[in-house]
Amino acid sequence: MTQEPANNQPATTETTPLIPFPLTTARALTTGCAALTALSTFTAWTWTTAFPGNLTINGYPGGLQLLTLTGALLTLLHTLAARGTPGLRWLNPAGGNRATLLLATGTLATTWYTLIAIAVQLGGIVNLEPGGYLAAITSLLTLLSALALPLERRTLTSHPDTDTPATPTLLHNLLRTLRPGTTPHPPPPARPLPPWAEILVIAAVFALALGVTTYGIGTSYGELFTGFLLLTGFTAAALHQAGLTARLTQLTAKHRNITIATAFIAAAVFPFTQDTDEYTLIIVNILIFATVALGLNVVVGLAGLLDLGYVAFLGVGAYTAALVSGSTASVFHIHFPFWAAALTGAAASLIFGVIIGAPTLRLRGDYLAIVTLGFGEIFRITVNNLDGHSGPSLTNGPNGIPNIPDLVLFGYNFGDSHTLGGLTLNAYANYYLLMLLFTVIVVLVFSRASNSRIGRAWIAIREDETAATAMGINGFRLKLLAFALGACLAGLAGTVQAHVIHTAVPESYVFAGPVPPNSAFLLAAVILGGMGTITGPLLGAALLYLIPAKLQFLQDYQLLAFGAALILLMRLRPEGIIPNRRRQLEFHEPAPAEGATP
Amino acid sequence: MTTAPLLTATNVTMRFGGLTAVRSMDLTVRPGQIVGLIGPNGAGKTTFFNCLTGLYVPTEGTVTYQGTTLPPKPHLVTKAGIARTFQNIRLFANMTVLENVLVGRHTRTHEGLFSALLRTPAYHRAEASSIQRARELLEFTGLTPKADHLARNLPYGEQRKLEIARALASEPGLLLLDEPTAGMNPHETRATEQLVFAIRDQGIAVLVIEHDMRFIFNLCDHVAVLVQGEKLIEGDSGTVQSDPRVIAAYLGTPFEGAPGQAEAAEVAAAEAAAAAGTDGTHGTHGTHGTHGTHGTDDAHNAPGEEDEPR
Ligand SMILES: Nc1ncnc2c1ncn2[C@@H]1O[C@H](COP(=O)(O)OP(=O)(O)OP(=O)(O)O)[C@@H](O)[C@H]1O
Ligand SMILES: [Mg+2]
Repeated sequence: MTQEPANNQPATTETTPLIPFPLTTARALTTGCAALTALSTFTAWTWTTAFPGNLTINGYPGGLQLLTLTGALLTLLHTLAARGTPGLRWLNPAGGNRATLLLATGTLATTWYTLIAIAVQLGGIVNLEPGGYLAAITSLLTLLSALALPLERRTLTSHPDTDTPATPTLLHNLLRTLRPGTTPHPPPPARPLPPWAEILVIAAVFALALGVTTYGIGTSYGELFTGFLLLTGFTAAALHQAGLTARLTQLTAKHRNITIATAFIAAAVFPFTQDTDEYTLIIVNILIFATVALGLNVVVGLAGLLDLGYVAFLGVGAYTAALVSGSTASVFHIHFPFWAAALTGAAASLIFGVIIGAPTLRLRGDYLAIVTLGFGEIFRITVNNLDGHSGPSLTNGPNGIPNIPDLVLFGYNFGDSHTLGGLTLNAYANYYLLMLLFTVIVVLVFSRASNSRIGRAWIAIREDETAATAMGINGFRLKLLAFALGACLAGLAGTVQAHVIHTAVPESYVFAGPVPPNSAFLLAAVILGGMGTITGPLLGAALLYLIPAKLQFLQDYQLLAFGAALILLMRLRPEGIIPNRRRQLEFHEPAPAEGATP
Repeated sequence: MTTAPLLTATNVTMRFGGLTAVRSMDLTVRPGQIVGLIGPNGAGKTTFFNCLTGLYVPTEGTVTYQGTTLPPKPHLVTKAGIARTFQNIRLFANMTVLENVLVGRHTRTHEGLFSALLRTPAYHRAEASSIQRARELLEFTGLTPKADHLARNLPYGEQRKLEIARALASEPGLLLLDEPTAGMNPHETRATEQLVFAIRDQGIAVLVIEHDMRFIFNLCDHVAVLVQGEKLIEGDSGTVQSDPRVIAAYLGTPFEGAPGQAEAAEVAAAEAAAAAGTDGTHGTHGTHGTHGTHGTDDAHNAPGEEDEPR
């Protein structure tokens, strides 16, 4: 990005196709090839059912073929929409063919991934049936004909300093076109719909999102999950390029409260769609992870304080709740009601936050990172040793505090299955709904705090502490407030976590480990998703939880893969998957080249 | 003259290890005044500002505002009523223009975290009045059309204006401006002059550091000259402008035979050595004389420093 010309002229664009071809022919070809790809999923791709998902049947698609089918159909629809087919124009408000290209690429990626996975797993391409070859060829042809469509991209000419090749290669052009972070044109204002229709659209989008998420969580083998990630990733980028996300943002901004309520309802509906508690357990863990990440976002994203031991505050909350909730292993034989246990846990975390923050936050620079890293380790080692032998008896050492009894609120036992209106809610579903309530609280705290006098002061400190203090902001006090609030939110989440897993053990609260949430993963979820946003950490946490859980083969290389992914992301999209609203304001005028900030 | 001083700096000294950046500086600003602070590069002007605003704790001396001694804490100084801008613009780059000004309102509003979380009616009222005040300031500085832009996307001149708007948001009694026209074209400089007058007319006293002499002498009721950390002279524009030491030390001189000639002769010698004609002498000398009065950029001011007699 830095090699773009740094002047304030809007970058010129060119639209000549990468592969010269008459427009109508290119469109017809794209449409035809996409349709053929869709048809190919109805044939057998391999001869044996040894590959999961049963891709052997002529007549209907199965497993990964369904993903290719979806991708091909979306490509088809978008090609037609870009042509201006009546009834489909809403699919591509921004105009242009970039969405088509992205969808074609996504379909190709999913299809070829499937075929390669078959060949690798079953030992050679002999295991592919003709249907498989057909899919490979047609998806490739779809992409090639999409490349023959006119595509908007920046011209290469302008800058003499850069060493871009004089005659750009096809690959070079393709990369330029698909470059992440390229902002699409803002779509023209939408045709006004009646309010009820707008709300219906929002509801439909959330229902769709719920469906897609449920499908992703429910993928029963790693290959399907990888294919799913590939296709959804490209599709999301395509919808963004088509201007649909911009349209949706306009709608949600208009109906803010309804949007929040709909999102909440969509999330609350999830456990009702599940028969077993296998996936409910996954999603309750994701929710805990996401909530803690959102709490960390107050500290890191708003106030700009690097906290490397955040998970310790989760631990403080969990241990406190475990100690006062009537576990047989607790040294205190008391059983607080849940609300009291939650408040005690939050208060304990808050106190620890102040104790850690007060001496360190007076200093500038990286002291906080070092101290919090140390605190995280000290916490784990201390709870490991407070077992009555190495230290006073409090935490039961490495065994932790097991057997936390199930929650009972107003006579509703969270450990039992309940039937509500014909639908069964299992134990984890109960806890999921409880956790969801806490997530909503944290979301509200985050959004209200960030959009207030205090939140602005935090952001000001993050941007330039000297200037902030010169504006009358008491840097120390506000940083301590952010740090303590973050600790308190983590503590609150910890109290629920202790009840969900019925136990508190030291090994859950480490700096980096195989199971999220740990401090490194929390920080990664915030940075990956997008600092300072609400949806960013939620999405980041979901991805960081699901990817290791679904892709078993990654287990051994998890931290390696994770590091590589972070480096790639920082290179390609430093603002995270979901950029901050402030970043989006750059639409207003051609932004100066990155790095031009003083 | 008879009004009680707004700001009094007494015997302010700032040492960095062995270097004394400001030595025994006394300065008084009275209500309604525009006071200029000039001096060659490295004279200690910015350091003096930092001592006034609590960014540096002066090694010696006290700063009194409206009769009370200021603690050396920037946020308390701002709260007391002194706001400032920075020589190297320090905006909150990734916040919008409006948000930047709202941050300036911090000391004049008191809504805490809880009222923000509970969104109490008092919170809504305070927020609305803050936004209204911020918009008035944007109108005043002419930034209204840019209210929703990111601060870092503003052109240079507008960034300087935004710094002033942000400082004004804290409702100061005294505004400190550190080189408000640096990097501006003459047209923008004139506009800034008008802006400073308008600020003074609102009853806010102004203390301004500037290298643009025309700007200073147009604007200021009172000018202090700082050289090598010490106050050389202070007085009204006329006195300062005609003081031979100021001319010698800082303004440079259009006359033959003045201290500037030493340098000019040096340049001439160097050029002669480079096989140039005698025209070069006049040319160089001429530029030097003019830039002394108008010069704004650092490169041009550098010779001024060497001109110092002591
Ligand atoms: N924090 C610091 N530590 C050490 N020396 C400093 C510090 N700040 C300033 N100085 C020194 O103090 C002297 C005065 O610097 P100052 O920035 O106040 O000059 P100035 O009059 O504002 O110059 P200019 O016109 O270039 O802005 C310089 O020699 C500078 O190097
Ligand atoms: Mg300076």
